[in-house]
Amino acid sequence: MWDALQYDFMQNAVLAGLLASVACGIIGVYVVVNRIVFISGGISHTAFGGIGLGYYAGIDPIMGALCFTIAAALGIGFLAKNSRLAEDTVIGIVWAMGMALGILFIGLTPGYTPDLMSYLFGSILTVSDSDLVLMLILDVVILTVVAALYKEFLARSFDEEFGTVVGVPVQALYYMLLIMIALTVVLLIQVVGVILVIALLTIPAAMARQFTFSLKKMMILAILFGAVITFVGLWLSYEFDVASGATIILFGGGLLFCILGISKLKEKMREFKVMGSQE
Amino acid sequence: MAHDNVVTLDDIWVQNNGVPILKGITMAIEQNDFLGIIGPNGGGKTTLLKVILGLIKPSRGKVRVLGVSPERSRNKIGYVPQHNLFDREFPINVWDVVLMGRYGRTGLLKRYSGEDREKARSALETVGMLDHKERQIGKLSGGEQQRAFIARALVAEPEILLLDEPTASVDTAMQTEFYEILDSLKQRMAIVLVSHDISAVSVHVDKIACLNQELFHHGSGEIESEILEATYKCPIQMITHGDIPHRVLKEH
Repeated sequence: MWDALQYDFMQNAVLAGLLASVACGIIGVYVVVNRIVFISGGISHTAFGGIGLGYYAGIDPIMGALCFTIAAALGIGFLAKNSRLAEDTVIGIVWAMGMALGILFIGLTPGYTPDLMSYLFGSILTVSDSDLVLMLILDVVILTVVAALYKEFLARSFDEEFGTVVGVPVQALYYMLLIMIALTVVLLIQVVGVILVIALLTIPAAMARQFTFSLKKMMILAILFGAVITFVGLWLSYEFDVASGATIILFGGGLLFCILGISKLKEKMREFKVMGSQE
Repeated sequence: MAHDNVVTLDDIWVQNNGVPILKGITMAIEQNDFLGIIGPNGGGKTTLLKVILGLIKPSRGKVRVLGVSPERSRNKIGYVPQHNLFDREFPINVWDVVLMGRYGRTGLLKRYSGEDREKARSALETVGMLDHKERQIGKLSGGEQQRAFIARALVAEPEILLLDEPTASVDTAMQTEFYEILDSLKQRMAIVLVSHDISAVSVHVDKIACLNQELFHHGSGEIESEILEATYKCPIQMITHGDIPHRVLKEH
């Protein structure tokens, strides 16, 4: 791995992993504590529609994905609040419609569609310098918004109704959060692909939750865990010559279950000790 | 006279998909009131509080809170919602929950100031929860959570305090302590609490209103058993106020 790091593509891959960790750490924590994982899944899968449109119209598929995820975020948010349908129904429908559009557009595109698999399952080894710049910009946007509106997002996330009473603009914040999820999804497509994005939004945050109940510390820890997962996953995929996106997710998921198992075991040991001391 | 009323409701009707929840509620809450609203579950008690907060718009009728619309007077109302509705796993400590109550005074994009922190500290002291400020709110007992939420309502120094089923998950010993806290507050603000637990409320509050879609009684003193029966649509314990609070169980 260390000698591999002298290659440009490997340096870019590591940097992409780090930049992705920042976004998925911060936004992933909001996704997990607000319990909007399913919404995030819906938003990320509609990106496929944008990728298809990109191929069909001859524009950068990532730009197509950006438009589609933002539209999906606003659409799901609006329909969930203002239609007669239940929120999860809306999400399921938009999710599938987004993917269906992608399939249609790709079918309509004449000839061969190169790199389609890499958008679906990630291609961290082909991240270009301009991709890195885009990721950096998205990170800066997310960091700025969250730093400025931290107390507003905390109030809205914890208690929407009380937030309304004390004057927090809960609706606007909800849409902002969904848009930031859309931005993060686009940023993560490069790393793990449309299908696996949801895992990088949830795994680092879920790990961080095991160690703290402070939202701020959770974000910092989630960024660190995200960096570790992407780096080790990348290294493993290089060593064993297997798909990088899938390796990152499987390593992350495995590590999460180890952490959960260890904390459960510790709990049991403590109970055992308490019982022992009472005898 | 009129300026003594902190809340006036004039012929308030609320419907949900054509089903009436509140029917023609007219009442006034005065500056020094300590009012208990009782009634069965589904009788519209929470809805009434939400009308006062401006969270629910009545389909008919006029609401005035401190002389203006509910939306404009919100930052002078302290609200303690039904506390079993929050996510116990949510990563937040007592201190940050209480600071949230200062939001209306601090505003968008600004950080909580030293004054905000000072108020949060004294609100926690009032409810006896300062020692617990670093603890995760979901890990506290029902009574401790309730006190933290009261502190969150008090921290903005409200003129009206609204509490929704405040004793629902608080054990009996804690209830006495809870009403002592409210007693110490009633000089400073109007207090309205909503409950389905008639016996606990009636001994502590100064005025009682019975609500089951319509308002059956509003005022001080004793409640006729007929009124309670009309409210709850079944025979019920009779409650009287006296030097020693006592309850008479009506034959049924």
